[in-house]
Amino acid sequence: MHELSIALSIVEGAEEEALRQGGERVTAVYLRLGPLSGVVREALTFSFDLATEGTRLAGARLIIDDVPVRIYCETCRAEGDPVAEHCLHCARCGGSACRVVSGDELELAALELEDATAAVG
Amino acid sequence: MLQPRLVEVRQKLLTKNDALARSLRERYRDSGVVVISLVSSPGSGKTAFLEKILTVLHRDFRVAALTGDLATENDARRLARSGAPVRQISTGTVCHLDAAMVGAALEGWKLNELDFLFIENVGNLVCPSSYDLGENARAVLLSVTEGEDKPLKYPSIFHTADAAIVTKMDLADAVDLDSDAVRRNIDAVRPGIPVFETSAKSGLGMDEILNWMTSFARAKAVGAV
Repeated sequence: MHELSIALSIVEGAEEEALRQGGERVTAVYLRLGPLSGVVREALTFSFDLATEGTRLAGARLIIDDVPVRIYCETCRAEGDPVAEHCLHCARCGGSACRVVSGDELELAALELEDATAAVG
Repeated sequence: MLQPRLVEVRQKLLTKNDALARSLRERYRDSGVVVISLVSSPGSGKTAFLEKILTVLHRDFRVAALTGDLATENDARRLARSGAPVRQISTGTVCHLDAAMVGAALEGWKLNELDFLFIENVGNLVCPSSYDLGENARAVLLSVTEGEDKPLKYPSIFHTADAAIVTKMDLADAVDLDSDAVRRNIDAVRPGIPVFETSAKSGLGMDEILNWMTSFARAKAVGAV
């Protein structure tokens, strides 16, 4: 269970970016998450609410885009699907001369920012 | 009231850990030390395996080890019997090592006086997979009592490994181990990595492991693989 550390790292990254962009509040966080990242979606969602409390992200929505596992097969010389998430052989030829091209993502994709309301004056 | 706006970020999480791991990797390379980390579930025999490796390597090489646990210095004491310098990293409640903990534990060590540094991670097959420690190679250990399908249950850790080490082979008959199934399952989640069948008790497979460590890991440290 290291999802709380991951959630704190989301808060850190998002706050820095919000500050750079002049956003007052972060209202939504868009994540890209692959099944090989070792991060459990449900545990992350739970930790996110705890980690965001009292920060610029308080109350923000966490929107997770699940990135599928894709492999490059040396035999077919093409990108394709693996047999399964836990079997990274080529679904086309069954060969094992494959490398993962996507599916291990743990990436902050985008933020929805709310700007400070214009000062009265 | 202004409308919310969407800004694209596209940055990896754990960038701080990744940056620290990169600088550690450069430090290892500049010092000429080969760094190998060990990951596994609790109780799979990392410490017994490492004690054996340190004892053998200590004869011809300058070796040292860091060992991570939530609490106690027991592993450091056990490993120190090999004669190699060992430091314990106590993580408190944290279930994995990260690059900052490794960097802090290396404080004061002259890495250029070492040939091999081993990092024994906290016993955990999930969390350590997300944290780069700057190591040249990562070996995942799996004992024969854990079940042949363990790689299929924890694909993410196997996905980050450079070698798989099957431990406690002296118990293989007692648990009716299907070695082919173990190899097949490792190959399914991480095609092509070397698999070593070992026993710290009988010494089985230790020559092959040492050979892999000295050849592959060295080549990797200088960027040849």
